[in-house]
Amino acid sequence: MTAAIEVAAISKRFRVYREKPSSLKQRLLSGRTRAEDFWALRDVSFTVADGKSMALIGHNGSGKSTMLKVIAGILRPTEGTVSQRGRIAALLELGAGFHPELTGRENVYLNASFLGLARRDTDRVYDEVVAFAELGDFMDTAVKFYSSGMLVRLGFAVAVHVDPEILLIDEVLAVGDESFQARCLDRVRTFQREGRTIILVTHALDQARQLCDTAVMLDHGRVHAEGNPDDVVRTMRLTILRHDLEFAHDEGTREVEIVGVRLLRGAQQLDGPLHPADVLTIEVELRADEPVDDPVVSFAFHDGTNLFVFGADTANAGVELGALQGKRRVRFDVGPLPLTGGRYWVTLGVHARDNQRVYHVQDQRYTFEVRPDEGHREQLYMPVRAEVSEP
Amino acid sequence: MRELVANREVLWNLVRKELKVKYTASVLGTVWSLMNPVVFMAVFTFVAKILGSPVDVYPVFLLSGLLAWNLFSVSVSGGAQSVIANANLVKKVAFPREVLPLATVGVAFVDFVLQSAVFVVFLLAFGYGFVLDRIWLYPLALAGVVTFTVAVTLWVSSMNVRYRDVQHLIGLALLVWFWMTPIVYAGGQVQERLQAETIAGVSLWHLFLANPMSWLVFGFQGALYHSGDATEVLPAFGTAQLALGLAVVFVVAVALLMVTWRLFFSLSGDFAEEL
Repeated sequence: MTAAIEVAAISKRFRVYREKPSSLKQRLLSGRTRAEDFWALRDVSFTVADGKSMALIGHNGSGKSTMLKVIAGILRPTEGTVSQRGRIAALLELGAGFHPELTGRENVYLNASFLGLARRDTDRVYDEVVAFAELGDFMDTAVKFYSSGMLVRLGFAVAVHVDPEILLIDEVLAVGDESFQARCLDRVRTFQREGRTIILVTHALDQARQLCDTAVMLDHGRVHAEGNPDDVVRTMRLTILRHDLEFAHDEGTREVEIVGVRLLRGAQQLDGPLHPADVLTIEVELRADEPVDDPVVSFAFHDGTNLFVFGADTANAGVELGALQGKRRVRFDVGPLPLTGGRYWVTLGVHARDNQRVYHVQDQRYTFEVRPDEGHREQLYMPVRAEVSEP
Repeated sequence: MRELVANREVLWNLVRKELKVKYTASVLGTVWSLMNPVVFMAVFTFVAKILGSPVDVYPVFLLSGLLAWNLFSVSVSGGAQSVIANANLVKKVAFPREVLPLATVGVAFVDFVLQSAVFVVFLLAFGYGFVLDRIWLYPLALAGVVTFTVAVTLWVSSMNVRYRDVQHLIGLALLVWFWMTPIVYAGGQVQERLQAETIAGVSLWHLFLANPMSWLVFGFQGALYHSGDATEVLPAFGTAQLALGLAVVFVVAVALLMVTWRLFFSLSGDFAEEL
């Protein structure tokens, strides 16, 4: 697989002036300028394979928009190189190249030329652009009279009709009404089917998961996570929720300690995805050095959006551990699973029956995947029995 | 350069955009671009009458040089603003930034062509006409003024992004430059009065000729002004000498263009963040 875009060790330094000395006099009077360096990007490397889509996510100020501008060629990197194969169209802000005094038609031609389209080729796609934007009656009106929704439609319509090999999209899918958004997404999927390369900067994490093959999360200008979008989005979600805590962390008094955990299907160690209606077995090994009276073991599942899906414990399953000292094994058989496609994370805990004392919690440390049969897109799995009879 | 050729469409569209925006919502539209030389001509013809000028057909003499000067000064003063005025584009769209000052020159050039066309009609209508053995200086002077204008405009537009002083400085500099260039007064007179004067051993007349715009204006006047007093109005150059001077100015302008283009390119990497 060849790389469509290769970002190699990119760093970008901005000079931050306390008060920007934009005149010669100020610069002369202040002697050496009082500039502070701010590194918006630090040693960022990744590649996007030809025909793949990558999501670039991160908190505000993490450097993702700067990264996109560097790839687009708007900003020149301080260090490192970006190499690309094919023509890039960047959609950084819808209608960025529009001039208010020009008509819709003139702006289409102006904007298309910015995106590298010759006049002849623009003539060819012009009608499609107008149809996509649904602005047939307004093309000879100056765009200063357009509503923001109309501007958005026209901007996206131009960008997707210029036939780029690589499309950079910054947040623009978040605008427009729902039906237009749906058409934009549809268009993006068509692009993907046609084997074009896409880099998408977005705050809509579910969109990133649905649309992209890979994801990169930036944090303070560095690559914080990269790979499978589910995992990267999850990392992102967890850092949103608890900015200061480690992802997989342990806490508790450790009077009872979780010393071993196994996820099983039947008697087999889990080695691949489960299917709906499978039974998942969780084995937890506990150890207590001093005797602890009546601890309760609990588990919880969270999905890829960090939504709490299901939880249970030994108390409501009707078993008691009694006075625990030394080692003990607890086994949960969960299922048949009503879950369909997705990855789930398992939290395990040992605590007192009244929840007043937490001995040990392993937060979302274990994971399993459920893969539905081909062609099933439901939210839930339910076993169904059908019967036909004479009334 | 190759990138620019690939983006000629952008350049053309920007020129059209500027022209359109310039004359949108004005009743007279492009007539305004013709007003400036007409008003100049009226005022200076009056002033020349009062102060006295050796030039017989003053309007022809004035307009020969003035139109070329306008091409230069409108480009340079507009070019200073060109990158800043399009900050929104520079920050959001990738394209060779050279296009912005070049579009300013393009707009000024369109005005120049319009004004020249009217000037030509004016010359023919009043029976002044052309003299064929000097008219070939015109394309030489035109090539020189366009190259020199592009070179200076690129420089000014890139400097003004970081130092906004440039746009103020440029207004004053152009005023001084205009009066140091023999547009409203005759080069022949300047030669007569300055030839004997020296400052620190350097002839003032030679200093005067160090201004490339003087040569370019001489070129236009030499090509178009052919009244009986032409030999006194223009400095005492032979046609060959004038052509040589124009060729030198052209070569210098090309060299300057290569320097300022390179400078523009290296500075343009920071435009998006400096704006």
